[in-house]
Amino acid sequence: MLRYIYGSDLDQHERLAHSMFRDRACQFRDRLGWDVTVDQNGHERDEYDDLNPLYVIWEGPDGLHHGSMRFLPTTGRTMINEHFTEILGGGTIVSPLIWECTRFCLAQGAESRIAAALMLGGGELMRHFGVAHFAGVFDARMVRIYRMIGSSPEVLGSQGKGLERISVGLWEFTEDARRQVSRRAKVSPELSELWFQRSFGLTDERVPEIA
Amino acid sequence: MNIQPRPRLDMILEELERISEPAEMQAISESLREFFRVDHLVYHWVSAAGEQYGCGTYDRAWAQHYIEQDYMRIDPVIKGCYQRFHPVDWKQLDWSSKATQAFLKEAMSYGLGNQGYSIPLRGPNGQFALFTVNHRCDDDAWAAFTEEHRRELILCAHYFNQKALEFEPDRAPAMARQLSPREVDALTLLALGYGRSQVADTLSISEHTLRVYIESARFKLGAINTIHAVARALSQGLIVISTSAPSGAVSDPLTHRAAD
Repeated sequence: MLRYIYGSDLDQHERLAHSMFRDRACQFRDRLGWDVTVDQNGHERDEYDDLNPLYVIWEGPDGLHHGSMRFLPTTGRTMINEHFTEILGGGTIVSPLIWECTRFCLAQGAESRIAAALMLGGGELMRHFGVAHFAGVFDARMVRIYRMIGSSPEVLGSQGKGLERISVGLWEFTEDARRQVSRRAKVSPELSELWFQRSFGLTDERVPEIA
Repeated sequence: MNIQPRPRLDMILEELERISEPAEMQAISESLREFFRVDHLVYHWVSAAGEQYGCGTYDRAWAQHYIEQDYMRIDPVIKGCYQRFHPVDWKQLDWSSKATQAFLKEAMSYGLGNQGYSIPLRGPNGQFALFTVNHRCDDDAWAAFTEEHRRELILCAHYFNQKALEFEPDRAPAMARQLSPREVDALTLLALGYGRSQVADTLSISEHTLRVYIESARFKLGAINTIHAVARALSQGLIVISTSAPSGAVSDPLTHRAAD
């Protein structure tokens, strides 16, 4: 199932969080060979994990992380604005309606539908929180994965060559795209909505009516 | 029935930009309430040291009572927004405890409505603030309202907070909200009367990419829509167009990128 968890609440999901940071080490250091920091717990963490980002995580029936991504609003510190402005022709992207999406990660051997499910989760954030665009940083290997799940970003600019090529891209989320990603994820829009509401406490009528 | 004409949001934001005293934010909050046609609109600032500042349309007696009782401790809105950056509908919050139920009942006796929507805001040095609209209506009407106005509310909330931060006595110099070269290009062509698809074509970008540049420029300029953003960029001299220029002048905004 999809979970939406702020960094400040990860301690309530210790096992899930532990497996997420371990899987990130496995993907970004071991498989992609990125120059990332892995701590003594085997966790790949960077400075943006300390800014209380919102994680969208696929939790498997085993209670472990199978895939995830990380969101921060572009009104605060972001990877794009601090490290990749050259790609953007020397400027920053700043708006409360544009969030940055980074560290798209899949556990090794994760079912292919999980990538699509994560995109579906991103779409829920847009629909419910007024987000108009996601901007993200990704490398050449991710391009194929995004295409496979039917959610290719639009590339704003790139630097580097071959597999080292890093791009800044954009996602938007139309109703059509939602249905398509929902089919590939094998998660109905209704179920996705339920998971979203469960994470953000929208289901219960907890405001008592005062006559 | 309210038969007064609805104020224009761009005019209210122009006024917000112009004011030079913190006390003047009160009038802006009242204008915004008129615009959104809600019972209440409130801005509530909490410093890292726990000091509170606010303005808005709640009954003053309620604001005073809130501070005297130190209700910040139990207010689910504060608790539920503090470590969040998404807009929060009050229905998402936990009002189940006895203390919070009593708190809500009391708030309503001071004229607060049953519905609320709060936008968490963050500034430098642990600054935290909330921008809230509050109203009395049923859930469906409220869902329709927040759906329709969500993005306007988010933008207004941030502009309001930026203004409040300007009034901080020892604040750090404002982070430069400089337009990027591509944002300047996009706004310049729009100012010349180009349609969106023409702008996108001219800049060899897609309309989606163009929308992101316009979105980002709009926020940096404190504007509510594209026309407003173009007007602001022109009035601040961030883009320059010569009305007598021949049509060839269109290439101007493009050539400067090569010179960067």
